[in-house]
Amino acid sequence: MKVLVAMSGGVDSSVAALVLRDQGHDVTGVTMRLWGGESDTGCCSVSDVDDARRVAQQIGIDHLVFNFSEAFDEAVVAPYVAAHVAGTTPNPCIECNRHLKFSALIERARRLGFDAVATGHHARIESVDGRRRVCRGADENKDQSYVVHMICGADLDYVVFPVGTMSKADVRAVAARAGLRTAAKPDSQDVCFIGSRTGRAGFLGSRMEFHAGEVRDESGRAVGEVPAVELVTLGQRRGLGLGGGDKRYVVAIDLPSRRVTVGGDEHLLVGTTRVVGLVWPHADDAARVAEVLVQGSAHGARAGARVTLADDGAEIVWDAPQRRISPGQSVVFYDASDTAVLGGGIVAG
Amino acid sequence: MVRPSIYLDHAATAPLRAEARGAMERHGDMVFANPSGAHRASREARTAIDEARDSVAGAIGCAPGEVVFTSGGTEGANSAVLGAVRRHGGTAVCAASEHHAVLHCVEHVGGEVVAVDATGRVDLDHLSSVLAARNDVSVVSVMAVNNETGVVNDLAAVSQVVRQHAPGAVLHTDAVQAACWLELAPLWERVDVLTLSAHKFGGPKGTGIMAVREGVHLEPLLMGGGQERDRRSGTHNVAGIVGTAAALETTVRDRAVECARLGALRDEMTGRITAALACATETAAGAPRIPGTAHLCFEGIENEELLYLLDLEGVCASAASACASGAMEPSHVLAAMGIPRERVRGSLRLSLGHTTTAAEIAEATGIIVAAAQRLATAGGPR
Repeated sequence: MKVLVAMSGGVDSSVAALVLRDQGHDVTGVTMRLWGGESDTGCCSVSDVDDARRVAQQIGIDHLVFNFSEAFDEAVVAPYVAAHVAGTTPNPCIECNRHLKFSALIERARRLGFDAVATGHHARIESVDGRRRVCRGADENKDQSYVVHMICGADLDYVVFPVGTMSKADVRAVAARAGLRTAAKPDSQDVCFIGSRTGRAGFLGSRMEFHAGEVRDESGRAVGEVPAVELVTLGQRRGLGLGGGDKRYVVAIDLPSRRVTVGGDEHLLVGTTRVVGLVWPHADDAARVAEVLVQGSAHGARAGARVTLADDGAEIVWDAPQRRISPGQSVVFYDASDTAVLGGGIVAG
Repeated sequence: MVRPSIYLDHAATAPLRAEARGAMERHGDMVFANPSGAHRASREARTAIDEARDSVAGAIGCAPGEVVFTSGGTEGANSAVLGAVRRHGGTAVCAASEHHAVLHCVEHVGGEVVAVDATGRVDLDHLSSVLAARNDVSVVSVMAVNNETGVVNDLAAVSQVVRQHAPGAVLHTDAVQAACWLELAPLWERVDVLTLSAHKFGGPKGTGIMAVREGVHLEPLLMGGGQERDRRSGTHNVAGIVGTAAALETTVRDRAVECARLGALRDEMTGRITAALACATETAAGAPRIPGTAHLCFEGIENEELLYLLDLEGVCASAASACASGAMEPSHVLAAMGIPRERVRGSLRLSLGHTTTAAEIAEATGIIVAAAQRLATAGGPR
């Protein structure tokens, strides 16, 4: 099989390429250049490209660099900024997977005659009740099925996750045995286009206007101030200028009037959540989905719920009240065994 | 699996000419000494450099004393632009289609970038108005031949404008892409500084030539032992200089014949490609161009994809320049020419040179047409 492996320069994708090569596939590595600006983290820096190339050289496969920076700007960075302007909290890594890795890259690989695209994600794609589905990776602490949940249709037969059946420790051990330079490289944690020095506020500050906001408690009394109401997240506790006292959380953000409301965490609980931008692995999954386990953040807990379709989205009716999930965040529906992805969507604003 | 390569990237770098290799082998082993020394071994090395300098001066039409050996085209361009501004102050001016070795220097010193027309030639009216509007222009840099498109600037006209509106300015031409195709003496006649890169004409990498007209002063980039009459310090790269001279001699000797031979092959190739593919257009087809470069835009096709398929079939070609990561950068040259983004994404440069054969061109043409047809059929990028 002719496989194109997306190599970020990290240990997981290095081992993914190695595993495929050892299985006898015709493997080509590619590093996607996504972010053209300055950054010191994530998958876009030149030293990461160097690592990917050196690993490819070491294991004897070709290495390419594809420039997807314009598409990345358009599909990930600009919407990230726009979402903050609108007061929602997007997940840029999911949007990158949706629009770049599991869309633009797959399309390009097909045009170029590859039989499959592989990445180093800790997830599996397996047949569940006769249907191909994204499933949780073998290492539950590293599971990334949440961020790759949008892979659907024919792509489920095209994408390969060679390290999805391995634990992270095994991945590092394989890399170390093969003498790969990435064996002990730390995992990337942050959004690739946001440098650790400037942070989210620094990145957004040069691209949008911030507005100071007033913090009030539920009785309407002013209790604090924030320098940028656009950077406040639902459920946030710190940085609100509240001083000590009872634990209080952001329970509401009113962007137009630049007002943040804080209160006890019981005020964050909701019985239902509306989601839009639904994705289904198979076209008729929408009609079949009902009782699900819902995960609302990258490594968050799951909660039982029933999903009912509405006109332009769906409503999640929680089995028991849940803390609100910020608008813009992705939710992913898993089956009752908490293994296979049944669908997903984005929390409505 | 991989076929033997058909190398159509001579504008990026040309294979080393046999004459250059021979000269370097002869001198590299025997003449190892530092030419600045005071003993017989040094004198031998010094002789090799002096002879190379005479030979290069003959090829350019300048005096031997006007030849400065450098490390390549980038050093030459940096020396001309930064050297003029550091020496004389004032403003640097260049065309928008210049190589980054010039453009980034001009931007670095806060200079002015002049527009180009739809073929990429410097806009003479804009150049006149920029020069007339300022009285402090110390250096103007206009390339002889564009490295991406192969389009030739009218240096006689450029020179006239510069001498009229900025008589005190140093006029530099980056002639890196000209050496294989154009007589250098008529270019040199028009300018004060002319820079070349050896590996583009079949010499070794890491060597270059800067011709600086007698009486024109540039602040040296490199200071130290005072070699090259204090214009470029650093121990001479004797083997490289000897190889450079040998390659240039051969280039000049074969130039007229090669221009005719390769021009015909280039035209045959572009003719067949544009006839076979509705999406393909030749860039600046009507403009004066060197015979060795074919530049095409394939609308609806991504050049990264085309280059991959060509590479798979053994055809070595290129698009624009690559960034530090190795990714293709969108071409600033084509953007300056006003070519729409959709066409720029599908740009391809095929550059012929001394090793190119008719059989290679015939085979490569078929491969290029098939690859582009395949991508066009595949639907192309969204």
